[in-house]
Amino acid sequence: MSGTARSGARPGPLLELKDLRVHFPLGEGLLLRRTRGVLRAVDGISLRLERGETYGLVGESGCGKSTTALAILRLLEPTAGRIVFDGEEITGWSQRRLRPLRRRMQMIYQDPYGSLNPRMKARDLIGEPLVIHGLGGDRRRRRDRVDELMQRVGLLPEMADRYPHEFSGGQRQRIGIARALALEPDLLVCDEPVSALDVSIQAQVVNLLADLQRELGLTILFIAHDLSVVRHLCRRIGVMYLGRIVEEADRDTLFGDPRHPYTRALLDAVPVPDPVVEAARAPRTLRGEVPSPARPPAGCPFHPRCPIAEPRCSEVGPRLEAYPRRDAAPAERWVACHLADAEPAPSL
Amino acid sequence: MSAPAASAAASSPDSPVAPARAAWRELAGRLVREKPLGAAGAIVFALFLLCGLLAGALAPYGINETHLAHRLEPPSLTFLLGTDQLGRDVFSRVLHGARLSMIVALLAAGFSTVISVVLGLLSGYFGGWVDQLTQRFVDAWMVFPGLVLLIGAISIVGPGLGQIVVILSLLYGIAGSRVVRGAALGVQGQTYTLAARSLGARPLYVLWRHVLPNVMPVVLVLFTTRLGAVILAEAGLSFLGLGVPPPAPTWGGMLSGDGRTYMYVGPWLAIAPGLSLTAVVFAVNVFGDALRDLLDPKMRGIR
Repeated sequence: MSGTARSGARPGPLLELKDLRVHFPLGEGLLLRRTRGVLRAVDGISLRLERGETYGLVGESGCGKSTTALAILRLLEPTAGRIVFDGEEITGWSQRRLRPLRRRMQMIYQDPYGSLNPRMKARDLIGEPLVIHGLGGDRRRRRDRVDELMQRVGLLPEMADRYPHEFSGGQRQRIGIARALALEPDLLVCDEPVSALDVSIQAQVVNLLADLQRELGLTILFIAHDLSVVRHLCRRIGVMYLGRIVEEADRDTLFGDPRHPYTRALLDAVPVPDPVVEAARAPRTLRGEVPSPARPPAGCPFHPRCPIAEPRCSEVGPRLEAYPRRDAAPAERWVACHLADAEPAPSL
Repeated sequence: MSAPAASAAASSPDSPVAPARAAWRELAGRLVREKPLGAAGAIVFALFLLCGLLAGALAPYGINETHLAHRLEPPSLTFLLGTDQLGRDVFSRVLHGARLSMIVALLAAGFSTVISVVLGLLSGYFGGWVDQLTQRFVDAWMVFPGLVLLIGAISIVGPGLGQIVVILSLLYGIAGSRVVRGAALGVQGQTYTLAARSLGARPLYVLWRHVLPNVMPVVLVLFTTRLGAVILAEAGLSFLGLGVPPPAPTWGGMLSGDGRTYMYVGPWLAIAPGLSLTAVVFAVNVFGDALRDLLDPKMRGIR
């Protein structure tokens, strides 16, 4: 595959988001649409994906992870901000103009049941991207290509004539991956690709993605709410809360020394495999619910649930800043917290 | 890379595959097993269809062939369903009436379904102002009572087979688009249409390849229920003298003309077409209901 060859053709990151915002108007009425408010699903996200990197985006359900993914692929219109793909700003491009570019950015979906048309055979599903883009030559060559792709993702080509409901969840997800790979993309956006799978199958699919990433030089944006999966796969990790990134760092730094109280809470929520340790441990569980993105709290969006919040946290929202705060340029980690220097509260 | 991992999760590599034909066979099997009444309805309708198709060959006499010596005769071996006041064979006329009913039914139900599908898919898939525009039009259309619209339209364009088919198609097609729209909305909310778009598929491709096949069960049920409705509507029009003009034999016409006039001396004149009409409409409705029951629960029938 030529994925490796194409990556690195140009300098600079493969994907860059600059202050991306996706707001949904909460309207009433059909003809006279009165806007009653705005749901800020994604509220100013900036991130860079270097070529060949796997970036993990984590956060609770409803924090805007999936919305970000859909906006990157321009399946949702961003309200503001810029999306720069391979040096070109694609934010204002029409769908027609985007079509050839879609070959280079593919998505893997969370739901292995809903994301495959139940009336198409595996062969047609995997060959569909080739048909859509007029690639893959005649029927025979496309057949060979589909067989090759199926083997690539660990499916037997003999299964090609089956319908999705005849496959298991993990196998369906493999079909989804084969579909995404058919066009030899540069960027793969994985929206919680293993959340719907059994734990035993999750590892297989995660390993498959890791192998493919290495062999094809893919750039992957990996969205998840499971930190252990992200830890295994990603070099850099961004933590999202209520439509914003609250902390971004490389894997070891983030897991070793989380600076944002929300990151700490997330890490605490990961169970320890050793039952003795797990029983002795007293994780600081978060109080309360995620606030509605339609009415985000003033100041820092996390302050109502934050164990170390101070009065100023409810007044001034912290910006995502380099940490530690020094002038030395390329910063390796970014934190949006007034109290990033504070030591973590002792376990209760 | 782990091929063993995949085969471990696979049920068994040589389990039977399910081509589309097998799905239809499965549906037919379930119809017979789970809905015998519906299967009977399908058979009765098929018989009428066959009668209509072969009316020319099956009818013992011509439709306007008069036997003046045998006027208003009750059913006998010579005249299976008796004769009318002009000595015409009622059986032959009912057969030809079946042909006309079937022609109208298939054409009008077919065209109306096509109209419903086109309007419904466009409305449901594109949404936004396209949806608003078409749906408000459908609203306005459905405000008129069907029969009034039919009679009004026929009195303008005049009676005739073509006119009836066109008007019935429009009448039922536009109203039925609601059903298809609802189904299309459901499919449009599925991730696989989003996935197709993210692959770079054009809207018409998504509609044709993803949305249409997945609303087909609904379309199938819509078509069968329309068959019954259209047959009844045509008979109603013929009864009012607005259908296909005589001397062409129509069930509705036979009921209203000779049937009513000679009801007491020759009840078979009304019974034969009346019973045929009831039977065929009942059969097709029972069949449509059975299909709906089989296909509706998460469309598990013809996946």
